[in-house]
Order: sequence, then structure tokens, then C-alpha cells
Amino acid sequence: MGVFQQILQQTLNGLSLGSIYALLALGYTMVYGIVNLINFAHGDILMLGAFVSYFVLKCLGVTPGTLTLSFFISMLFCALVGILMEKTCYKPLRNAPRINALITAIGVSFFLENGARVIPIIGPNPRVFPTLPSVTYEVLGVGISRVQILVFAVAIGLMLILNYIVNFTRIGKAMRAVSFDKGASYLMGINVDQVISFTFALGSALAAAAGILFASAYPQVEPYMGIMPGLKAFVAAVLGGIGSIPGAMLGGFIMGVAETLTKGFLSSQLADAIAFGLLIIILVVKPAGILGKAIGEKV
Amino acid sequence: MRKKLLALLLILVMITFAVSGCKKSNTIKIGTIMSTSGPVSTYGIQTRDAIKMAIEEINAQGGVLGKKVELIVEDDEKNPEKTMNALIKLATKDKVTAILGGLTSDCTLAITKEAQQRNVLLLTPTSTNDLVTDAGDLIFRSCFKDSFQGSVVARFAIETLGAKKAAVLYDMNNDYSNGLTKSFRETFEALGGALVAVESYAGGDKDFNAQITKIKAADPDVFFIPDYYNTISLVIKQVGNQGLNATMLGADGWDELTGQAGDEAIGSYFSNHYSPDADDPDVVAFVQKYREKYNVTPNALAALGYDATYILLEAMERAGSTDPQKVKEALMETNRKFVTGNIQFDEQHNPVKSVTMLRIIKGADGKLATEYVGMVNP
Repeated sequence: MGVFQQILQQTLNGLSLGSIYALLALGYTMVYGIVNLINFAHGDILMLGAFVSYFVLKCLGVTPGTLTLSFFISMLFCALVGILMEKTCYKPLRNAPRINALITAIGVSFFLENGARVIPIIGPNPRVFPTLPSVTYEVLGVGISRVQILVFAVAIGLMLILNYIVNFTRIGKAMRAVSFDKGASYLMGINVDQVISFTFALGSALAAAAGILFASAYPQVEPYMGIMPGLKAFVAAVLGGIGSIPGAMLGGFIMGVAETLTKGFLSSQLADAIAFGLLIIILVVKPAGILGKAIGEKV
Repeated sequence: MRKKLLALLLILVMITFAVSGCKKSNTIKIGTIMSTSGPVSTYGIQTRDAIKMAIEEINAQGGVLGKKVELIVEDDEKNPEKTMNALIKLATKDKVTAILGGLTSDCTLAITKEAQQRNVLLLTPTSTNDLVTDAGDLIFRSCFKDSFQGSVVARFAIETLGAKKAAVLYDMNNDYSNGLTKSFRETFEALGGALVAVESYAGGDKDFNAQITKIKAADPDVFFIPDYYNTISLVIKQVGNQGLNATMLGADGWDELTGQAGDEAIGSYFSNHYSPDADDPDVVAFVQKYREKYNVTPNALAALGYDATYILLEAMERAGSTDPQKVKEALMETNRKFVTGNIQFDEQHNPVKSVTMLRIIKGADGKLATEYVGMVNP
């Protein structure tokens, strides 16, 4: 394998990992855009999504059909969990200081992780996620596996759908309006509560999809599996400019590629250091993130 | 009135103390720290069950020093900090004089110094890292060391598989993985082989695609991955996805991998403490008893736990006391055959034992199984 092929192969590996981060980062950025809250429980929704799919696949066996079905069931389930989380935990705090909601988010995260550990059907021990047999295709000396194709196809498909929802539908227009000015939207007759719930549902559904992709690529599910991807996706969202949807996608891909290239050509020890170092550099040069808009606060 | 109440309370407290004091003198308490939940739970649960089984057998035969043995189990979730908490709890609250554990090397290494200081005898059935028994004269183990295990795997790769180029992928934060990598590397290079790629990751990582791509480019004959089964099943999946064709090698942390990994694991070899299929009468008897009781085939760590319990309790019987300083002397006199082989301790409190090599095959029922390949004596 030549150097060129290695670079190509590593970039491909990075993009595949990055598209999972990007899907997850979208949830962080949308919720932040609408209610100015960093939802730290978002990574744990990924875990829930993976577990729902695990149970569906365990019951029905693994075929492309059941895998598709498990995407629908899991995304629907997590969307409902997202709405429930918003209604019970964040809505009562909407007018409280931001730090309160932030601490609540950390609490919800701990609740989901340790709740999953306690529930007997999930439990604390890692389980093997059922996957389709591995097949690899060779293109120009670069191997691309079926899992990677699945990851790309689902991630890009969902991003296109999201783009359509946000830019070309009534509810998308309402979301943009609420994100721009919540008070004014309320006065214009937009049902702000409904829009916020919808945003949580949308973000959680994407996290569920990311969870299934993550578990298919790294076939192991356990209650703490969402912490690391959640953290990386949060960084990706900040890197791309939190609140910006294209920014979250770009940030996710950058994080994945940076991490993989560091492991591939420098040293595995430095992988996280470089990925997080990148964040510091970008925040120093462009504090709002790559695609974020700097908004000056009037005093 | 108040004085009477106080007096009554005092009497109650005294009775409670007296009763608990009586109970203490009737049994011998043994502690065990096992990771019965978390990433290596299968090991922890089976080893704990084997220890329980051994203690029940010993109690049925009259116990030790004329007293029944009572086992107190603590779970550390394979987290060294929790292992320390468990040790302190066992030493201060339960006042045990001997502990069987910990399970994994990193957990055991976290508590060896503290156990020595608190005058608690520590016999780990399963921690293979070389440094475990260095902390003092009260620390024993009843399994082989990594420096021996790693060199056996390296010798096997060169002499049996005819390998010339090897790659290693290891967890840089794990004592077990580091120790094995070191000894594998030394022997493999001493025997004329070349290490073409040495890659690492941090414990808890799930994405190894970058490292595997690099290893694939180096085109090794054999690929040594010293870690525990949970991580290995992830690595092997990604090896299969990338189409890397080297023969994979592992160590005793691969035990139980057959229940976790996919077909990509077929044809790999790993070293272990025993093979449940061996026709040795002790092994057959142990496997049969364990299967009857718990309905699963015991893994190597269960066999080690069973042996360790007998080694410890027989030493207590010989010493005629539970005092760690006396039991320590008696342990050094151990010399008989157990399930996992003959045990005799050297000056560093490590037993001299043989290593079993196993191959992963597709069993008759379509599931993965292990096949006995051979045994290497020290």
C-alpha cells in the first residue's frame, strides 16, 4: 500500500467516524440555537438509541430489513424521550438562569447512564451488538467496508432530510424564527413550546441514528458508550460554530478526520490532544467557530 | 426514666457486640475482590462462583482449623480506585486476614502496597503482570507471569507458525497489555523476528481503524493483540472489515472471546492457563462439578480461582492459624498438583507453571470454540 493510498484510506476512515460525530453534533447545535442550552444528556440518547436497536435486532434477527426497521423504531423512541426530557426537565427552568438548566442537563445525563446500569434488561455489562457479516470492497487500492457505506449513506441522507425540514417547511421556518428571536416569534403567534419540543425530538432522533451507526461500526453496547462520542460531538459543534447547522456537520467531519489522521501518521497518544487542540486554536482565531456568527451583546 | 432507657440501650449495645464477637470466633472470614460487573464481568462472575464452590466443598469436609469458612465478596467493576475501597472495607470492617483478588493486573497493582501495610495476605488467582508480587512478602499469585506468557506466544509464532514479521496493537494505559507487549517484543526479536508495526490506543477507545490501516500497510505475518476479550472483539471486527490477513495472536485475556467475537476470529491462537477439554482427571472433575452447579463451562480464570482457594485454605490448615505471617510461611511449602497444574512458589511468590496454547475454531454447533494446540513448560 503506497503512501497516497494510506492517506486516502485514513481520510476515508476519518470521514466515516466524522459523519457519526456530525449527526450527533446536529442535536447539540439545534438545541443550543433554539433555547441556548447545552444538552449534556445528548450523548446518552445515542446510548438509548443503540440499545433500542439492539433489542429489535435480537428479537428479529439481523437482516438489512430489520436493521432499517430498527432505525425507525429507535428514532421514534428517542424522539419521544427527547420530548419527555424537555417537558419534564428543561421547560420548568426555561426562565431560570442558564446555569440551572446546564446543571440539570448534567443531572439528566447521569440519570440516563446510571439508570441504564440499574435496569436489569440493560445492566452494567457490555454486550455484543448484532451486525451484518463484514464485506470489504476495493476501489483504487483503498478498502471500503459495508459498514462504512452504511454510515455514509444514512448520515448524508439524514442531513439532507434535516436540511429540507429546516429550510423548506413551515415548522422549519418556525424553528428559524424562534432561534432568531423567541419573544418576537411568540408575539407573531408561533407556538414556541411546540417548536422547542419538535427541535428536541429531531435532535434526539438524529442521536438515535448516530447510536445505531456507532454500534454497527464498533459493535458493543454499554451504558457509558455515549459519553466519549457525546463529548467529541459537542466539541465538533463548538468548532463549527454552535447554533449553526452546516457548522455542526463541518465540525463533525473535521474532528473525525483530525483524530484519524493523527492516529495514522503521528501517534495514537496524541489523537485526542490534537483534536481538542484544534478547538482551542479555532476559538482563539475565530471565537464564534468556523461558521458561527459573532453576535455582539448590547449592554 | 431517661436513665433507665440509657441503661437499657447500653445493655442492648453490649449484647450486640457480644453476639457479633461470638460469631467472629466461629468462622474464618476470607475476602474476595472480583470484577463481577463492568467490562470483564464474565471473568469476575465465574471466578467468584468457582471460589464459592471451593469454599462450599471445604466446608462440607469440616472447614479449616475446625471452623467454617465465610466468604465476603466485593465488586470493583474493574476500577482500581474501587478495588482500593474494597480492600479497606474488607480489612477494617470485616477484619479479614486474607483476600483472594484482585482480578485484573491494574486493579491488583493498585492495592498490593496497602495490603502489605495493613498486614493482609493477598493471593491473586489471576493477575499476570510481573510487578504484582513485588510489593512485599504477603503478596502471592497462583498464575504464571506475563514475561513468561508473552515469550511463549512469541516463540510459538516463530517456531510453530514460522512467522518473521509481527505487528502489535496494545493499550498503553493498561499494565497487563504493556507487560505482555514488552515480553513478546523481546523474545520475538531475540529469536530473529522483526516487529514491523507497534501501535497503541488508550483504554476505552473503540475506533482502531487508523492503527489497523497502518498495520495492514506494514504487512505482518502475525498480529499480537494483548488485551481483554471486550476490546479484542471490537479490534477483530475492524480487522475483518479492513481485510487484514495476518494470523492473530493473544494471551489469557482472550479467554471468553468465543462468546463475543464474530467469525473473523477463526484461526487465531492464544495462550491460556488450562483447556477445559483436557483429559487430565482433575480438570475433568472440576469442569463436571462446575457445569452441574452453574450450567456453564468454566473458563481459565474460574479454574484459577478454584485453585487459589484451595492453596490458601490448605496453607491456613498447615499453619494452624489465620495469622498472615504464619500463613505466608505455610504457602511457601505448597507443592501439589491442582486443576491448572502443579503449584510451587519461587522466592518472588510466583508459581512455576506451564502455558497452554489454544486455537479458535468453528465448533460443531456453528458457534466459535477453542481447540487445544499444545502446552509449553517453563
